[in-house]
Amino acid sequence: MPTHDELPEIRAAEREKQGSYRHSIRVCMAAGCLSQHEGTIRKALVDAVAAEGLEGEVQVKGVGCMGLCAQGPLVMVDDSILYEKVTAEDAVDIVKALDKKPVKRIQSSLNIPFFQRQVKIVLENSGIVDPESIEDYISRDGYAALSKALGEMMPGDVVDEIMNSGLRGRGGGGYLTGLKWSTVSKAISDIKYVICNADEGDPGAFMDRSVLESDPHRILEGMTIAGYAVGAQKGYIYVRAEYPLAIDRLKTAIKQAKRLNLLGDNILGTEFDFDIELRLGAGAFVCGEETALMASIEGRRGSPRPRPPYPADHGLWGQPTLINNVETFANVAPIIRNGGQWFASIGTENSKGTKVFALAGQVKNTGLIEVPMGVTLREIVQEIGGGTTNDAGLKAIQTGGPSGGCIPVEFIDTPVDYDSLRMLGSMMGSGGLIVIDDTASMVELALYFMEFCMTESCGKCIPCRVGTAQMHNLLNRIVRGEARAEDLELLEQLCDLTRNTSLCGLGQSAPTPVLSTLKYFRHEYLEKIAAPPAEEAAS
Amino acid sequence: MNATMRRNGYRADALIETLHTIQESFGFLDDVSLRFVADALRVAPSQVYGVATFYHFFNLKPQGKHVCSVCTGTACYIKGAGKILDAIKEQHGIEPGQTTPDGELSLLTVRCVGACGLAPAVVFDGQVIGNQDVEQTQARIEGWISHANS
Ligand SMILES: Cc1cc2nc3c(=O)[nH]c(=O)nc-3n(C[C@H](O)[C@H](O)[C@H](O)COP(=O)(O)O)c2cc1C
Ligand code: SF4
Ligand code: FES
Repeated sequence: MPTHDELPEIRAAEREKQGSYRHSIRVCMAAGCLSQHEGTIRKALVDAVAAEGLEGEVQVKGVGCMGLCAQGPLVMVDDSILYEKVTAEDAVDIVKALDKKPVKRIQSSLNIPFFQRQVKIVLENSGIVDPESIEDYISRDGYAALSKALGEMMPGDVVDEIMNSGLRGRGGGGYLTGLKWSTVSKAISDIKYVICNADEGDPGAFMDRSVLESDPHRILEGMTIAGYAVGAQKGYIYVRAEYPLAIDRLKTAIKQAKRLNLLGDNILGTEFDFDIELRLGAGAFVCGEETALMASIEGRRGSPRPRPPYPADHGLWGQPTLINNVETFANVAPIIRNGGQWFASIGTENSKGTKVFALAGQVKNTGLIEVPMGVTLREIVQEIGGGTTNDAGLKAIQTGGPSGGCIPVEFIDTPVDYDSLRMLGSMMGSGGLIVIDDTASMVELALYFMEFCMTESCGKCIPCRVGTAQMHNLLNRIVRGEARAEDLELLEQLCDLTRNTSLCGLGQSAPTPVLSTLKYFRHEYLEKIAAPPAEEAAS
Repeated sequence: MNATMRRNGYRADALIETLHTIQESFGFLDDVSLRFVADALRVAPSQVYGVATFYHFFNLKPQGKHVCSVCTGTACYIKGAGKILDAIKEQHGIEPGQTTPDGELSLLTVRCVGACGLAPAVVFDGQVIGNQDVEQTQARIEGWISHANS
């Protein structure tokens, strides 16, 4: 059972082991790439290494997401050579080329803005550590923050450090994490809970999934530190059942952490006990909302309830509960390791640190990126993303998923931070960033999101249940060219009503995609209305 | 199923975990199992049914021999998932959530399977395949069905 002193020994031993290899070949085993090779590439590489008799000199390791999913499957050699669109047949060539020139035919450049413009905190280990090895995580300073917190800091110090970092919740709301921790730590109760929200409901985003698949121990470490800080002994990770790989890796990670006494009773030989259990979601967007999520953990239908009381006072089974998003927890260990000041030096005045985005849609380099807060949309889409596919014109950027809005190309120089995006009528959201080109109809996009909200409405309150259905109906008529000018007015009234009278965030934000497209692309709505129905029928 | 309930000490909050286990074993939630779970966990059958119908992940009907789930998340939608879905609907005469009368094919939609970088993505019998178009998807389904008929 390791104590504080033994953790560095494990770290040193693992580093020595890894340092003894002359070469290291890393294969992406995250969902995107894995769907294309199912592990055959790793096996082929292991075989090729064996065939050359290099087992002791060359390490082949499965790792998490390297980011450039569009070019996958990816293989990285010694941090310096990246291969793209690799197949199992390439394995022999890759191994044979180790001490020679790289294999040209599949070589990708690391000298592109996609890699150079990123700053990695949350994803610092993604694509580097083996997500199924706790020793590998420890070798990269893993669990050093937990050891520091338990060994050198009082719970109040930990809360202060998070407060000083200026970290804001990454689940969408952007609430100050330090403030939330402080509230839960002050709540008086023998039983408190920590929940990690891994429900990732935004249908076009995969940041949380990627972190869980690529670096699961980081979440366990962040949650355990949170448990110590707020005085909780039990944590739950609420993860979508649609993410089987993330679930498997979390289960493995929890087992490993228990084995090394980094979870369970008397963690690292201290008085502190903390345990983490998984709870599976079952495909309901509204369960990402915190009160619905807690109802779901309790085994009930995931319907939200009015707040206050907030979970910090009255959460899971009525006890004070800290609930944070995956990416929020992923920032905790680096903040404790390097100090809140360090974190606060990255980003902008009111948005500190970095943000992970799932870059998707009509953009060349789709994949996962992490950038400091305050970079512009232009840098993200044109430089890191490499511009639009097929050289179509860029029309808009959608952020915040079904609760967010579309930012037209005129505002492409807006810095990405919580406040700027809100001012444009969108939101940071959890990190989905969809690039939309000239060929897309904004009205149809609004219809798409409304259909999503209508299907996902839990039906508990009337404005949301009826409002989303009515708005969907109106949008449908507009798209089909059957609407009249009055319908647009009615649509706007319904938006207003639903936004102001719904119980939870789902209903309150359901009109956002409509309002933002109406604001910037009103002409597209008008064109559909102006077109006389006869013309449609004739064509 | 019993093991899942036992592991969770027959607590009512094990309901969703238990339903997951049933679906994993039988592919869908049948009436008999739902009733059994209600008794074992001592919750009202109406609550079990309410939970089972609330969550999209649970199927209350048996699935076809092959299941094709088209991702209709935003990234896939932008890249033309709708066309793929329409083509399957037309070709096989079924809507999402339905199974062909011969029990060969079930069509489902999912919202993001986490392969947005490879959009549009389709899940064929649990395997995620990225960068799909109408022809490729049709060909795979044809492969299943012609195999069954030969
Ligand atoms: C409809 C709805 C869906 C949500 N989905 C998610 C989600 O998928 N993931 C998440 O972390 N937060 C989601 N949230 C926000 C949570 O309610 C909560 O604010 C968040 O988990 C707090 O963590 P943070 O402070 O670290 O962001 C959702 C909120 C609403 C209203
Ligand atoms: S706003 Fe919609 S999702 Fe939220 S509680 Fe009301 S009906 Fe349910
Ligand atoms: S939107 Fe289809 S995989 Fe994410």
